[in-house]
Amino acid sequence: MNDWRYRFAEQRGTLLALLIFLVMFVIYVSNHPAGFTANVVQTAANKGVLLAFVAMAQTFVVLTAGIDLSVGMVFILCNCLASYLVVGSPSTTALGLFAVLATGLVCGAINGLVVVFGRLQPIVVTIATGAIYFGLALLLRPNPGSTANFNSDLADALTGKLPGGIPASLVALFVVVLIIWVPFRRSVIGRAAYAVGSSETAAYMSGMPTRSAKLVAYALSGLLGAIGGLFLTFFTYSGEASLANGNTYTLFSIAAVVLGGVSLFGGKGSAIGAIFGALAFRTIGDLLFVFDLDPLWQPLFQGVVLLLAICLGSARLFQVKNRLDLFA
Amino acid sequence: MDDVVPLFRMEGISKRYGGVKALENASLTVQAARVHAILGENGAGKSTLIKIMSGVVAPDAGRMLLEGQSVQFANPAAANAAGIVCIFQELSLIPDLTVADNIVVSNPPTRFGMIDRRAQRRIAEEALARAGGEDIHPMALVKDLPLSRRQIIEIAKALARKPRLLILDEATSALTAADVSKVFDVLRRLRAEGLALLFISHRMHEIAEIADDCTIFRNGRNVATYRAGSKTDNEVVELMIGREYSHVFPPKKPLPPSDQPPVLDVRNLSWTQRLKDVSLTARAGEVVGLGGLDGQGQRELLLALFGVLRGASGEVLIDGKPTRIGSPRVAKSRKIGMALIPEDRKTEGLMLPMSVRDNLSFAALGNLSHAGVVDQRAERAAVDEMIRLLAIRTDGIDVPAGSLSGGNQQKLVIAKWLMVSPRIILLNDPTRGIDVGTKEEIYALLRKLADSGAAIVLYSTEYDELVGLCDRVIVLYDGAIKRTLVGSEITERALIGSALNIATDDREPGAKPVVEA
Repeated sequence: MNDWRYRFAEQRGTLLALLIFLVMFVIYVSNHPAGFTANVVQTAANKGVLLAFVAMAQTFVVLTAGIDLSVGMVFILCNCLASYLVVGSPSTTALGLFAVLATGLVCGAINGLVVVFGRLQPIVVTIATGAIYFGLALLLRPNPGSTANFNSDLADALTGKLPGGIPASLVALFVVVLIIWVPFRRSVIGRAAYAVGSSETAAYMSGMPTRSAKLVAYALSGLLGAIGGLFLTFFTYSGEASLANGNTYTLFSIAAVVLGGVSLFGGKGSAIGAIFGALAFRTIGDLLFVFDLDPLWQPLFQGVVLLLAICLGSARLFQVKNRLDLFA
Repeated sequence: MDDVVPLFRMEGISKRYGGVKALENASLTVQAARVHAILGENGAGKSTLIKIMSGVVAPDAGRMLLEGQSVQFANPAAANAAGIVCIFQELSLIPDLTVADNIVVSNPPTRFGMIDRRAQRRIAEEALARAGGEDIHPMALVKDLPLSRRQIIEIAKALARKPRLLILDEATSALTAADVSKVFDVLRRLRAEGLALLFISHRMHEIAEIADDCTIFRNGRNVATYRAGSKTDNEVVELMIGREYSHVFPPKKPLPPSDQPPVLDVRNLSWTQRLKDVSLTARAGEVVGLGGLDGQGQRELLLALFGVLRGASGEVLIDGKPTRIGSPRVAKSRKIGMALIPEDRKTEGLMLPMSVRDNLSFAALGNLSHAGVVDQRAERAAVDEMIRLLAIRTDGIDVPAGSLSGGNQQKLVIAKWLMVSPRIILLNDPTRGIDVGTKEEIYALLRKLADSGAAIVLYSTEYDELVGLCDRVIVLYDGAIKRTLVGSEITERALIGSALNIATDDREPGAKPVVEA
């Protein structure tokens, strides 16, 4: 009977992120010269989904109380790879898509293997592997470029509008949530990933599959990074090994995850929250555009908003009774 | 009894942790449909025994038989699969998951490869009902529930795994009397269903109420097994102590009466539910011990005095003057002159990768520097002096603290605080995991510090230390002072008796004990 109270408590972070996003988006749209039109929504969606995919990738790892500083680089590597492989006939395109996704999965799995079996801190491991992945991307695309027979029909279909004006990229995002996130969240492995993030000792003592949970979380993180990389290719028709882009996406993904109510201490939050966090974070930048402010203000403005959002999360520290718990 | 194959038997089990023997040639036999209680002092090997049975650690030697078949457990999951389920003293619940998630944690019901939440809910509700926790909502997060409710969930979680041998390690220590009687009803029903129950508790009256058989452990060995009720509490306590004094303690010197106010005077100190109206005094030259079972508020008391705990109420008088100690920084200031030798030297006492010199000077840097710059020569002299005084064995003062032996590391922590010449020294179990020789040196040092005018408050989990070192011992139980022992009253028997919250008769061994309600 009072189940709803608990359901609400469980989703509070996600709902808060949704609220932040909606408020910002409403302000954005109502001040946009063109108003609430299919084109405005499509542009916003296409900008938003890239970060949404990378933020989802980050969520898997952060839930296990780790952090993945290589997500942006997997994203870039897969972008470069896709610019060569997503070409030609439907069958060669399908093969190319598969190869790109598999590459992302392998990159993530390597992170996972090193973290789990090397017993190393995720932060250093992923700095190192991230550099490797970026190095590979640079070898693939020393200069930005594209392939002549790039399958731009597929790209246009996935970044355009569906009948009724619904942005196709949003639908793609929805499908990815449905076939990757939902099963993960409801599987034994997914629950073990949450448990590892919450208390690894307790999870081990309860006989949960702690190692495979971490491995799967890292591998899925790589896969989501690859999906993000594919979409980047669909938007640009080309591949570019941009260090700045990789780093930006990595750092923004962490910001989006926190905005979306996922705890950096692990064990708490959802990828859906992270998606709204990513969309909200993107909208912050767009707000400057509709208010006609100098784009130079964007980093500063984004930083202030992010800082405020994070401070909300640390309010609980005022309740700590044993000061040693502050360091735990 | 020989013609029945016991449900579980372990023989010749030994386990060492580094140089410390936790178990040596221990054995235990558990029968189905009986409650078997394990008794023993802190560190008698009970926890290690349970960890071996439930697959958390592997024994160095010995074998385990389940219904006559030899078994080995690589991990807790393997033990669970064999039907041995343990409810650990440190809770094994996952704080951010819901009650229902936790109950089915090791084997959730699945449908098409995904967790079937409806079935999970049903299992959880059933298990909660069996464990006497019908009032707990299955969707509540574990971290939002109080300790006593969590303990009920632990039991429900264990029951959901369909155990044949259920181990309860101090599983009732956080429960109220009403909850305990509920749990006991559950245990009796489980016993009637044919489960074997292994029950570890420090509460003698609980053991008297529920146990069928008892085994006493001492120094890593099982020393006696008997039918419950066939020995008096005094006999049991004697079997639990049973050892000679193995350490040499420096002689105590009685303090002359003095009209000076005590250096440390604590009045009605309380903090959340863990400390209740604790009052104590310590005079210059006095060693005051804190006794009692592990986790009865001793650590919290020391932390509260040192200004670590927020929202502690009560009054602290230093030299008779009311003083507010808001943080360790204030506590160590020259006016108060307090030092706390923490329990865990590796995390709270030392920065292991940093040099011996740096570690020794941290607390005293204020005295060794001028205008914010450290006077290297003064530092060097002070550090050398300390190393000589405490006979710390180290390869010079620039090697990392982590390269020293455990005993020398502990000396380093003590030396670090002696650098500020404290007047009040709080020690939290300072000899844990240290070799006997270094222990003796630390005992002599503590007495010397007291003789030179320091007031010492010492918490120790080893009763013979309290007996050998302290002028006065305050025994805590559940956050409150249960008894104060002075001078010749301080005996192991009195300490254990008051720690277990039973009254033992000090003069007449074997006399009928009085059990407190």
